[in-house]
Amino acid sequence: MNRRTKFIAGGAVIVAVLAYMIYAGVTQSAVYFVTPAELRATAVPGKAYRLGGMVVPGSLKWEARALDLSFTLSDGTATVPVRHKGTPPDLFAEGRGAVVEGSWTADGYFKAGLIMAKHSEEYKAPHDGTQAGYQELIKTLRGDGR
Amino acid sequence: MTRTLGWLALAGLVAGLVMAFGIAPRELTQGNVQRIMYIHVPAVWVAYLGFLVACGASIAYLFTRRTDADQLAHAVVEVGLVFLGLNIASGSIWGKPTWGTWWTWDARITSVSIVFLIYLGYLLLRQAVDDRERAARYAAVVAIIAAPNIFLVHQSVNWWRTLHQPASLLKAGGATMPVILWVGIVVNFIGFGLLAAYFVARRAALLHREAQAAG
Repeated sequence: MNRRTKFIAGGAVIVAVLAYMIYAGVTQSAVYFVTPAELRATAVPGKAYRLGGMVVPGSLKWEARALDLSFTLSDGTATVPVRHKGTPPDLFAEGRGAVVEGSWTADGYFKAGLIMAKHSEEYKAPHDGTQAGYQELIKTLRGDGR
Repeated sequence: MTRTLGWLALAGLVAGLVMAFGIAPRELTQGNVQRIMYIHVPAVWVAYLGFLVACGASIAYLFTRRTDADQLAHAVVEVGLVFLGLNIASGSIWGKPTWGTWWTWDARITSVSIVFLIYLGYLLLRQAVDDRERAARYAAVVAIIAAPNIFLVHQSVNWWRTLHQPASLLKAGGATMPVILWVGIVVNFIGFGLLAAYFVARRAALLHREAQAAG
């Protein structure tokens, strides 16, 4: 084996090891959030979790005065009631995905300290074919729009 | 030649701005915040492309030992980092109103941060080794090893549960957005790409002169 071949072989080994380490590392910590079913199966009161699911339509209750937010997250098989004190992000709504950070309580609900809206990969024009971009932007700058 | 590239880049960027703010409609769910995507996505494509060019130039350097291949790799990594930084910053600004947080350690954001640090390490390594020829050799190996991570970043949203949404454009089964939106992204990508090419040309020429002056 000449030097170049050794160099290439050594390089290939390093690449493979590095790639595996990153893959294994990310996979291990890749359970970014647990689903309601997984939480139901393993929940320990007081332990911190990140919980992700769909906000069940009709479950969202919002007390604007007290900043009390409660809703149910579902993954299709199990549901978990969530309570939060504060305001949710703009995109948070019933029928959409959300990820919440907090802990499972002994009282049987999930106490969330942070609520994140999960956005889908789909984008839609307001009305197909309309080109309202410029006027809409001016409106927003004036404070009339959203 | 380089000057022409600069003017083309300017034209491309103006066209991109017109697409992003004039022609593309306000997105239904997110509203105007979605327009950040016209920076966020093209910036990361340009960065990916730059790192792939750096990988190719580094392979060429190791085989031929031509210093201009090394200078191209060096320049392209510097410019790629700027665009990757733009991608991360714009993503963070988008994340606050949309997700409700500036930052979270999901697989996409974690992996893109790792890639950013690897290429930052590439530049540090170049500075750390005094001998130019050795610095070029070591740096070339890093550029080659780092490149496959781009694929990992791209696939992170498919392989793991993330807060970041899956790909909308570079995916099987076609784009999940109206034509006008992805045309806006492509026009901005061309503008950003021309700008990056202009930066790389200028930077590589400067590196060439530096090398001549030094040696």
